[in-house]
Amino acid sequence: MSASAALRSFTNGWSIDQASIPLLDQDAFAQVLLDAVAEGQRVVALFGAQERDAVALYAVLGNDEDNLLCAARTNITGAGFASLTPRCPQVHLFEREIAEQFGLVPQGHPWLKPVRYQPSWTGRDAWGRAVGVEIPPGVGDFYHLDGEEVHEVAVGPVHAGIIEPGHFRFQCLGEPVQHLEIALGYQHRGVEQAMLGGPHPRSVHYAETLAGDATIAHTTSYCQVLESLSRCQKTARSQTLRGIALELERLANHVGDLGALAGDVGFLPTASYCGRIRGDVLNMTALLCGSRFGRGMIRPGGVGFDLDMDRCTALLIQLDAFDADVHAAINLLWSTPSVMARFEGTGPLSRQAALELGLVGPAARASGLARDVRQDQPCGVFRFAHIPASAVDSGDVFARAYVRWLEIHQSLRFVREQLRAMPAGARQTPLGPLAPDSFVVALNEGWRGEVCHVALTDATGRFRRYKVVDASFRNWSGLAYALRGQQISDFPLCNKSFNLSYCGFDL
Amino acid sequence: MLKILQARMQQGHRTIRYPARPAPAVPDRLRGHPVLAPGGCPEGCRACLEACPTGAVSFGHAHTGGPRLDLGRCLFCAQCADACPTQALTFSTEHRLATRRREDLIINADKGGPDTPKVRLAQALEPRLMRLFGRSLKLRQVSAGGCNACEADTNVLGTVGWTWGRFGIQFVAAPRHADGLLITGPVTQNMKLALEKTYDAVPEPKIVIAVGACAISGGPYQGHAQANNGAASVVPVDLFIPGCPPHPLTILDGLLRLLGRVGVDGVDNGNRGDGRA
Repeated sequence: MSASAALRSFTNGWSIDQASIPLLDQDAFAQVLLDAVAEGQRVVALFGAQERDAVALYAVLGNDEDNLLCAARTNITGAGFASLTPRCPQVHLFEREIAEQFGLVPQGHPWLKPVRYQPSWTGRDAWGRAVGVEIPPGVGDFYHLDGEEVHEVAVGPVHAGIIEPGHFRFQCLGEPVQHLEIALGYQHRGVEQAMLGGPHPRSVHYAETLAGDATIAHTTSYCQVLESLSRCQKTARSQTLRGIALELERLANHVGDLGALAGDVGFLPTASYCGRIRGDVLNMTALLCGSRFGRGMIRPGGVGFDLDMDRCTALLIQLDAFDADVHAAINLLWSTPSVMARFEGTGPLSRQAALELGLVGPAARASGLARDVRQDQPCGVFRFAHIPASAVDSGDVFARAYVRWLEIHQSLRFVREQLRAMPAGARQTPLGPLAPDSFVVALNEGWRGEVCHVALTDATGRFRRYKVVDASFRNWSGLAYALRGQQISDFPLCNKSFNLSYCGFDL
Repeated sequence: MLKILQARMQQGHRTIRYPARPAPAVPDRLRGHPVLAPGGCPEGCRACLEACPTGAVSFGHAHTGGPRLDLGRCLFCAQCADACPTQALTFSTEHRLATRRREDLIINADKGGPDTPKVRLAQALEPRLMRLFGRSLKLRQVSAGGCNACEADTNVLGTVGWTWGRFGIQFVAAPRHADGLLITGPVTQNMKLALEKTYDAVPEPKIVIAVGACAISGGPYQGHAQANNGAASVVPVDLFIPGCPPHPLTILDGLLRLLGRVGVDGVDNGNRGDGRA
């Protein structure tokens, strides 16, 4: 029997009954997951949820080829479960998170360490720490190399620039990095716990700020959860406006990243111009909704702001100026030998490594993995307007930069097309009550990659579990792996080529 | 080389002339300073209070008159304005919001005073600190749980459009090189010690600037066990810049007021080229 037959299939953004998700015993659950991955599916989420007498593990798998998701669950009544990481590396961090949140030990996990340095939700601690004892972040055993000439470099949590905090521990032999270990959790604010019992008045604001530069992507997923649970039919217009907002968010961040990459190699022309041009795109988002980061734009049932003809025209004019500016600024990169010499061959991540680690977003596409939620699990306007996934296969800093350049073209074309052909309709549709005992997965392609929100409701239709998986949750491991063998002085460049979220990981 | 020069010609000179000239236009849908219309509240109505996700709206004991707004808790989401049945509460595009004291962020419509109450905008540093920092202010940024929006729109002030370098403002890599801290985020438990150590490492005299609702009050994360309701829980704060996130012009205006470049002797080029204040 193929793995798919043992799993419950559904589409992105379509809620199902929790009871319809097959409840398997631990061995069958493990086998089904491994078989699905062997067949080419990927693990979208693997997380725990408190049941009455057990902790349930839910697995959500992505069958990108068939544009379907599938799910299975198992109940853990004991102190732990057999780790799948040795046979399926992409679940490594999910299992650590389950250990930290629920106190269940994944036996045989090759690197069982805390994820966010937070106390367990169940009072049972996977590392045997006493309840109520403070857990200092980043304190513990780091992977260590011994040797006379080995030196260990520690960076963070506070970093030199205007950037979020995290800890990086390098093991170096001279300039080349032998190993990088990343310890996060400094930004942990307790979002998943705060979502319980919701939706609350603050829930949408948590969605907007859990990764504050990816507001549109996360808030769209959150709103889709609510809309799915209430079977709300959004208008075509509101879905188009959401798509425009999402692509403007992508444009702003990609332009900013290319400028920052130029800055990291000391190429000031592009760095200066892109620093400004990014602001021009943020101002386009603000033209829509008053906020450069899209706060207030995405609301349950649709969007918070509409566009009249004058505003559409103003946006199109600004996009024309952006088009000219961004080409002049960014094409300099590809024709400047000193830039290309720094970009090419730096921080390479093979397609095989990206596949095994389960990477998503531009970082995955730069390693030849052409996965993109807009193409593979489309929802909203992306079911009707196709944006081809942009992929390059050298897997180095150049590839991660060039993928962004290709995506800038695609997003610009998409926004222009949508603005010129906006469907009529209301900007928002009222929501009905939320279905009880349901399960919904809402995926969106944020600019860093796949943003995943999973919600389980209780008998009254309120959230009894809310799981957020930002693209960064998967991709930080990719950065750590890509640094191996690289010069430590290339770390800022490699880091910027991924540009991951700390707070999106830490929640 | 030629292409680089061509690009430079195409991009042009983009640094704004503010504060010598009026500030650039802010987005017309920007939710800036709230406006409380006098006498507009229906008897007993609490729609704005009920709509506010962070408790920024309160009513005085007298139960007469309008609400009290705490801009330090405000996310500028305008859910209160959307809920108001008489449009007694609206948001203007007024971008000047920074204050020196926490209590100056609270605007009252329920006591005697101006009909449309406004925050008491930040005054310049005292003369001793002005002599030290007025022409050279080196800041260390600490993100203590910030979502990266306040960080990004602070960072943008270093780009060519704004260029805070022309005011002597610079961000430095180490607290030992700094004159003060610029803090974002609600101060998560996991960043508390790092923030304390960074603050301690800044030589005296030093100042602290809190940017954004999280850094002032915890923002959406008020009351979370994982956070500490803002920077003032750990360090003394000299400048509060509200918003979620504050517009870059709001942040810059706050910094320039602190340095006495704006708002001194009644000269305030806060009004923009469109003639509106």
